[in-house]
Amino acid sequence: MVSAYLPSLLAGALTTLCLALSSLAIAIVLGLAGASGRLSRRPAVRAIATAYTTIVRGVPDLVLMLLIFYGGQRLINFAIEKLAPGHYVDVNPFAAGIATIGFVYGAYLGETFRGAFLAIPAGQAEAALACGMSTLQVLRRVTGPLMLRHALPALSNNWLVMLKSTAIVSVIGLPDLMQRAGLAAGATREPFVFYIAAGGVYLVITVISETLLQAWQRRLRVGTREVRL
Amino acid sequence: MNGQPILDNAWLFAHGLATTLGLLSASLLAGGALAVPMAVARTSRHWWMARPVWLFTYAIRGTPLLVQLYLLYYGVAQFEAVRNSVAWVALRSAWFCAALAMAINTCAYTTEMLAGAIRSLPYGELEAADALGMSAWQRLRRIVLPLAFRRSIPAYSNETVMMLHGTSLASVVTLVDVTGVARDINSRFYLPFEAFLTAAALYLALTFALVAAFRQAERRWLAPLRRGN
Amino acid sequence: MERLTAMHPFVVRTLVIALALGASIAQGADEAATALRVGVEGAYPPFSEVGADGQLRGFDIEIARNICAEMNVRCVLVQQDFDGMIPALQARKFDAIVASMSITPERQRAVAFSDKYYKTPNRMIVRLSAHLDITPGGLRNRRIGVQRGSINDRFVTDTFKFSEVVRYARQQDIYLDMIAGRLDATVVDAVAATTGFLSTPQGKGFGFAGPEYVEPSYFGAGVGVAMRKDDVALRERVNRAIATMRADGSYAAIQQRYFNFDIYGGKR
Repeated sequence: MVSAYLPSLLAGALTTLCLALSSLAIAIVLGLAGASGRLSRRPAVRAIATAYTTIVRGVPDLVLMLLIFYGGQRLINFAIEKLAPGHYVDVNPFAAGIATIGFVYGAYLGETFRGAFLAIPAGQAEAALACGMSTLQVLRRVTGPLMLRHALPALSNNWLVMLKSTAIVSVIGLPDLMQRAGLAAGATREPFVFYIAAGGVYLVITVISETLLQAWQRRLRVGTREVRL
Repeated sequence: MNGQPILDNAWLFAHGLATTLGLLSASLLAGGALAVPMAVARTSRHWWMARPVWLFTYAIRGTPLLVQLYLLYYGVAQFEAVRNSVAWVALRSAWFCAALAMAINTCAYTTEMLAGAIRSLPYGELEAADALGMSAWQRLRRIVLPLAFRRSIPAYSNETVMMLHGTSLASVVTLVDVTGVARDINSRFYLPFEAFLTAAALYLALTFALVAAFRQAERRWLAPLRRGN
Repeated sequence: MERLTAMHPFVVRTLVIALALGASIAQGADEAATALRVGVEGAYPPFSEVGADGQLRGFDIEIARNICAEMNVRCVLVQQDFDGMIPALQARKFDAIVASMSITPERQRAVAFSDKYYKTPNRMIVRLSAHLDITPGGLRNRRIGVQRGSINDRFVTDTFKFSEVVRYARQQDIYLDMIAGRLDATVVDAVAATTGFLSTPQGKGFGFAGPEYVEPSYFGAGVGVAMRKDDVALRERVNRAIATMRADGSYAAIQQRYFNFDIYGGKR
């Protein structure tokens, strides 16, 4: 009877994966923008970027999600009512989910990118400029790869955290892995089995992610040395 | 915007705040304390010390906090044997289950964070300690751990904020923390904006306090690593 | 250097968001014409639950589908946790709620209801061996579980002032905690409790206690389909659909599949 719920769980797992990947795309874009905003010389740009990061870091994902899902939808429709009465914009739960998670993790990625930018010795960029490279070339050949090496461990962490974060979308009713596990648990009165199964699926996705990311990190780390106690 | 129900229920938010802070401190203290010996084991060159810890952190970091929470609260209670055991005195309480789940969660992340900091120490420091004739224990206590703690400060500030956000999930297992109060008010008075914005404001205030404290710590203890800009 | 890197992400980001919003608008507008979006719960057997195949089933589900059929529109069922049902309706996530929602004066301030489509009494469930005294004083410091935002929530909060009211998103989770012994009691619809809990193997040892709760101010005039107040035309169509269902025997057919008694509740 328990195994009968397997197709339902797998469908939920697929939803979760799509949710995570779509959110990542949005988060990377927002993160790069946020990082350059934080490092900008113009105080106004810095202030906006800082406010973005601060608000997102200061409010739990769940609260933001509930706010965006119910409140945001109401706001949009209120505006649409004024502009084009009779029509409505339906932000489906999936869109609300990736918007929230992408928005939230854009801020975290921004911090990661900022830390990575700062970890690069200033001399590297200066030397590159002295060699006559343009600013874009410096970014592409020197700062970018160096930043990636510094950022990747934290980025991997961010991805894993974001993947887990998608679980809260179940609270607003999206039929992801968690929600389906919860309903199956209630119907069969066997919560242990189903939550272990759900955990197992997240773990599998994590293992695959980590393997790939570790390989990438190792490749970028060639030539440096680690501490072993 | 109708703020009256919020004001009428301000005492509820105060209670919720107390619950949130209680959960946060308990889990950070328990999890953090346990993470120190675990991080040392994790960076050991003996595989029988490092591997088990790695397995633990892997499993916990690879699954969402929500799953761990559900497992500890609903999953474990499913078994008659557990309900008749002495552990039930504690596991019966939603607060204990939530605090335990969060403590385990933060322990895993903090262990990895500290281990990473230990691994990134300049090898020269350890060689100098050995040259001065320090024992392994002295080297650990005087050089490795203090340096690792310092380097972890930025990352740990992130971790405490993550844990604060994690406490909002407690509302999913019947606890009435700040988010729980907001959800109750939303479903009773149909005021999503007022309820969730109030909750968001409270979390923001708490985060500000935490970040400010860590910024002070950074200023004091990370001075030598600061980049001149 | 920052200006260059800052420009491109901005453009890309705007395009992505515009595309996503555009796709959502397109989808929303298309659905408006030919379908009725109905909010349902999925965690309240036998009225609504998720079967092993991941599909929604139950009395509420079948009533919803039948109403759509009588109205000649496509049914789009949207799953939503109960405590967020009305806010979601007002945020236009769906146009009607078929989730065993009782018609109460308090709810009628926010939404409009169709005519009732069933009415059953609410009772308190306890562990029989506890021999509890079902009065506010008798249940002092006891833990009573309710579904957040439900009529039972309001009733228990107002009536059992000395008890600890514990709120859950799903009734199913309340049963889990009753079995585990974390709760002393819960107040719930008698029929839902019988088929969803008391007649299941884990429901042994539990039973009804205390009177039938029927105060209309809390428990309303039965269960109806909730809709936004300004959707007057929709309400008329739904009422006509319900009346037709009652008359042409399709209501009786659905009822027979779940209950061996009359759940409509006569003129109560």
